[in-house]
Amino acid sequence: MAGFQISGLLYLVATFLFILGIKRLSKVRTARSGNQLAAVGMLLAVLVTLVSPEGGIELSWTTVIIGLALGGAVGGTMAKRVEMTGMPEMVALLNGFGGLASTVVALAEFWGRFAAPQGGLLAPSSPADILAEPLGGEVWAVAIVLSVLIGTVTFTGSLMAMGKLSGKLSGNPVLLPGRHALTAVLLLGGIAAGLFGVFGAEGSTATTLVLTLCVAAAAFGVVSVLPIGGADMPVVVSLLNSYSGLAASMAGFVIGNSLLIVAGALVGASGLILTMVMCKAMNRSLGNVLVGGFGDTGASSGGGGGADEYTSVKSAGPEESAMILESATSVIFIPGYGMAVAQAQHVVKELGEELERRGCEVRYAIHPVAGRMPGHMNVLLAESDVPYEQLWELERINGDFKTTDVTVIVGANDVVNPEAIENPQSPIAGMPILNAHESGTVLMIKRSLSPGYAGIKNPLFERDNTYMCFGDGKAFLQEVVTELKES
Amino acid sequence: MIFLLMLFVFMLAIAVGNELISKVPPTLHTPLMSGANAISGITIVGALMCAQFTDGIMSQVLGVLAIALATINVVGGFLVTDRMLSMFASKKKGKGK
Repeated sequence: MAGFQISGLLYLVATFLFILGIKRLSKVRTARSGNQLAAVGMLLAVLVTLVSPEGGIELSWTTVIIGLALGGAVGGTMAKRVEMTGMPEMVALLNGFGGLASTVVALAEFWGRFAAPQGGLLAPSSPADILAEPLGGEVWAVAIVLSVLIGTVTFTGSLMAMGKLSGKLSGNPVLLPGRHALTAVLLLGGIAAGLFGVFGAEGSTATTLVLTLCVAAAAFGVVSVLPIGGADMPVVVSLLNSYSGLAASMAGFVIGNSLLIVAGALVGASGLILTMVMCKAMNRSLGNVLVGGFGDTGASSGGGGGADEYTSVKSAGPEESAMILESATSVIFIPGYGMAVAQAQHVVKELGEELERRGCEVRYAIHPVAGRMPGHMNVLLAESDVPYEQLWELERINGDFKTTDVTVIVGANDVVNPEAIENPQSPIAGMPILNAHESGTVLMIKRSLSPGYAGIKNPLFERDNTYMCFGDGKAFLQEVVTELKES
Repeated sequence: MIFLLMLFVFMLAIAVGNELISKVPPTLHTPLMSGANAISGITIVGALMCAQFTDGIMSQVLGVLAIALATINVVGGFLVTDRMLSMFASKKKGKGK
């Protein structure tokens, strides 16, 4: 009994470390120590569970050691190998694993307490009646259904998001006919099967019904992410992150463990807040993102795409661009997803340094939704050692474009589209943009005139002060740097 | 009764989570998401407790699977977050030299 209470106290310490960790993660100065504190909390939670598991149960050490070794090796290798540009996919994948783990915990619990001890087929009544669980049979049963549901949706949804982020799946919205009905049927049918499985059914029927819930939830995860376009994946990943927290919390209700409930709820709430922040930055509601199909009409009807729509585009090669930059005294870089794709962050920084050496003021303007994750650009530029003080947020820098000589846009499009403020009929009307068009000269480094994610025309391409620099961002900028160094 | 208490704890934790990250600079959104993601790997504790059911191959397979998946989430999540954040830190040192 004494051991049980000490383990409870140590769980409390772990919870406190998680709260402190998240708190510190929200400030640049303390972020790293925050993450480390949370990791210590996790280690503590695992050690306490291994030494003195709640309820004094005996652990099967073979299972524990194989699982920990396997997971540790895979997780460690993945974390070491992943490129900084691949970070969004990595977070999505890890998130999916977390969700699946919660599902499996619930399934193992269901299997272990219900199916196996009674010999499966011989189970006399529904799972909810079998045992006086820590929180009561009904809570246990409902928590199993929720944990399996949320965990599985998190898993398949995250895999879809990862596929769309990495380009293995098409990033375009896929609109199945009758998809709203389909998602409703999958969700409600899955929940019904699950609830009937844990309350009404007996023996193997119960098992079958719970597995039906798994399949329906898996399909639901896929179908609900399909219609959402690739550039909205950050919002999806963030929301799924919130789900994985909730799944862990539900798993906590299944095994009657307060640490899981609290830590899961913390993540669930913070993930949801982060999701809202991202939606706000795009001036769209979460509902609008989740219904999907954004940008589809413009791109597929051909209305927004193609070079033929632009009449007076001026272009500049590396040499000309270098000349423009040479005489500039203030330059702002605007990085976008294209920079991540071209892996151009190092050469961007090289160019920035070269310009600074020439006495030019260099800053980087970061749009809140540039890239495929919030803060994606910050991470990439940090990777290439751009000083933190040179990264400016939208609100702080937007007034300064008027007095800036040259703005270099690397692989960004919708976030600098003046339509958002000039055309109230535009699909992106009202979205905060970086006012690049106000600066003296705009160098827009881009592969082609193709539209951005929103699938609409960008009048910035045609402005008198804009030069389109066609080509691969990395190669183009490399040439510019070479030109500058030679001059 | 215990259930109500747990539900109470759940609601409070949600309220705390809400307050915790209301003011975060965009720079930290990705690390925060990734760090929170690692914390959601707390389900590892549940996974470890599943490893008690030793009778039957099915339970063992599920146990190993749950532990391995949760461990990937935890280990991968914290390491990746640290890698990201170490870049912010090294920059500050770079400024000094």
